[in-house]
Amino acid sequence: MERKLLTKDSYRSLITKLIGQNYQVVAPVKKDTMIDFLKISSFDEITEDYIVTVSSAKTVAFPRNEKLFDYEKQNKKLTQQDYDFDSIPQSVLIGVRPCDAFGFHSLSSIFCWDSIDKIYTTRLERTTIIGLSCNKSDDYCFCTSTKGSPGSTAGSDILLTKMTDGNYIVEIVTEKGAKLVADFSDLFTADGGVDKESLLAKVAANFNVDDVLAKINSKFEDEAFWTEQAMRCIGCGACAYVCPTCACFDIQDESHGGKGHRVRCWESCGLSLFTLHTSGHNPRENQGQRWRQRLMHKFSYMPDRLNTIGCVGCGRCSRACPVDMNIAEHCMSIIEN
Amino acid sequence: MNNLQQKAQQLLESGNYGLIVGYEKGTSGKARPVFIRKAEHASKLIFDESCDQNIAVYLYRQEIKHDKKKVIVANHHTLKSIVELAAENQVFDGDFMVLAFAGNGDIIELNTFEEIEKHVATLYHGLTEAEAAMMKKIEDMSLEDRWAFWENEFSKCIKCYACRASCPMCYCPTCTVEINQPQWISVPSHTLGNLEWHVMRAMHLAGRCVTCGQCGKACPLELPIQLLTYKVALDSKQFFDSVAGTSICADNALAIFKPEDHENFIR
Amino acid sequence: METQNIYLPYIMQIEKVSEDAPFVKTFRLKFINPEDAESFSFKTGQFGEYSVAGVGESTFCIASSPTRKGYIECTFRKAGRVTTALSDLEEGNTIGFRGPYGNVFPIDEWKGKNLLFIAGGIALPPMRSVIWNCLDLRENFKDITILYGAKSVADLVYKHELREWDERPDVKLVTTVDPGGETHDWTGEVGFVPTILDKMAPKAENTIAIVCGPPIMIKYTFPILEKCGFADEMVYTTLENRMKCGFGKCGRCNVGKTYVCKDGPVFSLKQLKQMPDEY
Repeated sequence: MERKLLTKDSYRSLITKLIGQNYQVVAPVKKDTMIDFLKISSFDEITEDYIVTVSSAKTVAFPRNEKLFDYEKQNKKLTQQDYDFDSIPQSVLIGVRPCDAFGFHSLSSIFCWDSIDKIYTTRLERTTIIGLSCNKSDDYCFCTSTKGSPGSTAGSDILLTKMTDGNYIVEIVTEKGAKLVADFSDLFTADGGVDKESLLAKVAANFNVDDVLAKINSKFEDEAFWTEQAMRCIGCGACAYVCPTCACFDIQDESHGGKGHRVRCWESCGLSLFTLHTSGHNPRENQGQRWRQRLMHKFSYMPDRLNTIGCVGCGRCSRACPVDMNIAEHCMSIIEN
Repeated sequence: MNNLQQKAQQLLESGNYGLIVGYEKGTSGKARPVFIRKAEHASKLIFDESCDQNIAVYLYRQEIKHDKKKVIVANHHTLKSIVELAAENQVFDGDFMVLAFAGNGDIIELNTFEEIEKHVATLYHGLTEAEAAMMKKIEDMSLEDRWAFWENEFSKCIKCYACRASCPMCYCPTCTVEINQPQWISVPSHTLGNLEWHVMRAMHLAGRCVTCGQCGKACPLELPIQLLTYKVALDSKQFFDSVAGTSICADNALAIFKPEDHENFIR
Repeated sequence: METQNIYLPYIMQIEKVSEDAPFVKTFRLKFINPEDAESFSFKTGQFGEYSVAGVGESTFCIASSPTRKGYIECTFRKAGRVTTALSDLEEGNTIGFRGPYGNVFPIDEWKGKNLLFIAGGIALPPMRSVIWNCLDLRENFKDITILYGAKSVADLVYKHELREWDERPDVKLVTTVDPGGETHDWTGEVGFVPTILDKMAPKAENTIAIVCGPPIMIKYTFPILEKCGFADEMVYTTLENRMKCGFGKCGRCNVGKTYVCKDGPVFSLKQLKQMPDEY
């Protein structure tokens, strides 16, 4: 893989030029009490003081609300205004951790499963992902248990790794990444040959996700196991909404008078009414069944049907959980029980 | 083993109790709820200043609601919620035992609602200094600034409903947001819909919020939404002399009418 | 319809409304755009998302047969938000339709076989499509028997078509209503569908059974079929689960790793028995 070097000053120039060229630049920004991905208008808004952002990078391609099309009703007639694909901006997403970047792989497998969700794919196609290797981690991180690593290039178009002098090692991963580097070639210099591995955070691999995959199907019928695993879970949607690979959604209409739009918005399999039929029947009527769905989806159904694991080990769900449902622990329980 | 762990072990070994809902050490030094069913697991229990979560929400959880041999380790938030839940007939006298703590750390067994109510009367019911300072900061804002403050906060809400799920008083099986004929509150999360949701929730908690702040603590986006329900709690006290979580037979301030009420719209 | 947007519905006009039973209506829908009418095709068993702009989408099967060209029909019971809004519409109104989605009844594989259709209540609509499909290709099949039951006489849907089937010499129709649901002039059977099926004692040899109905009816019907000697792969049903997208993304309808929207809604009893009890 081709390597280059980007000084911290050149990094500032790169971002400033991208903003100047009307790219939508999205980066981790400290807003109020937390750090999240936001559209920036100046390099100085960027922070690197985070393990991971609160919300995942998925919002760039799968925003919490997506207007699918507009409609208008007049008398008895309905007219529809199709989605304006031209409105999707060229974006550069920076500061994406390797776990998050890899999350797009899982997410894409869902949105491209036979029927291509062109809104999602166009958003992603028009986004260049500049990853940033992790130089620190916390107790929630477990990417090395789910086939990732703090310096993994998978999913990024370009991966930056910060060196001790504040400059960055640049790894050019995809053609899209190569194009961006070519477009601003004067900012990138020859690679200095610094050892990348020594700069990375050390994340202990506490389990092997293959063992979860091998075991989880046999646990499906073990109702007592899932009930006990989910006892603490209070059934909110926090885990799903911050997860880089969770794709469950609702479709709703929002109207003002005769005009309105149909919206695709996030929903979560953990919510009690998610699968409720109009008749009152609910195939997943208790939290144990809903928690099972969450884990089975990630570690059984997605591997089986889409050939990808639905978890990247970012630990966001566990950090966001009001009752500390730590998914890595639950994976280990599956292996052990 | 500390006092609590010993106590829990004894209770489980006695056979009179089969489940202890309490706290254990979670990830990164955080405390989290735990369900202990075996005496040999009693050593997992902790109770220290990290245990500030209100866990009354588990008392009416379907899986253990009808288990009459349960014990709950209660901090002052949980205790107040139990009193309010008792007043609203969501939990029943004799269905569980409470382990509370005296100022010196001694364990207090509370077996009846009357005992719980009496114990709760000894607790402080106001806001903490930090909370009161936040309230004041917002109340001192101009109307425009306050609107801008909340608009900014509501813009971040992702409608995950962690606030609702973690609130012991949000026990409705079908919440107003889920009623869609008509759709009172829009489902997608945007600033307006989020404002509708949080204001609606605050109003439903008027005179019922025990000011535990659990909704704010639960929020993954760290919205200070507890300030909304605090405000209605303070107003309930000011206008109706109603403080939630103090009486097991209190009527809800917004659900009853008294001839001496200030308002005359109902007359 | 030139679009890459999989969520954009066809616009369809309600050409005809019929009231089939209390709270149950059937719409005949025609494409507004002639090119859509030309390019659209579906097979029996498939479903779609029907929408009222400003209210939302709702999932149900296409109740007409693909042999009847130029329109589709749907039958729904007024129950939730969208079906209530649909119920309020009249002939001439336009609605949205996305589809067709899902798999199909494998009627090509049923050539030369006897067909036994067993339906209960509002579950006749998904079966009506395949019944008409088979009747329109009548020479492909041997004996065709239809057993249909509802709570009461009033709840029987497609009454005019029941009469039509009854009068056909090449169809054996048995209708039944639950005990207490009969009227004084009722000439059909009285009893629950499984009971009547037991009484009919259908022969399993060279016969395909297609069962649609409420879960309780299905639960008691399968053992009767088994008793009569029907092999699991000779029995078909359709599943309904809550859906939003219809194409395997929204995350609701899966039963274990099986997605009702993509792998179904049509399943053989053999497939059903391999699926976990999550529907």
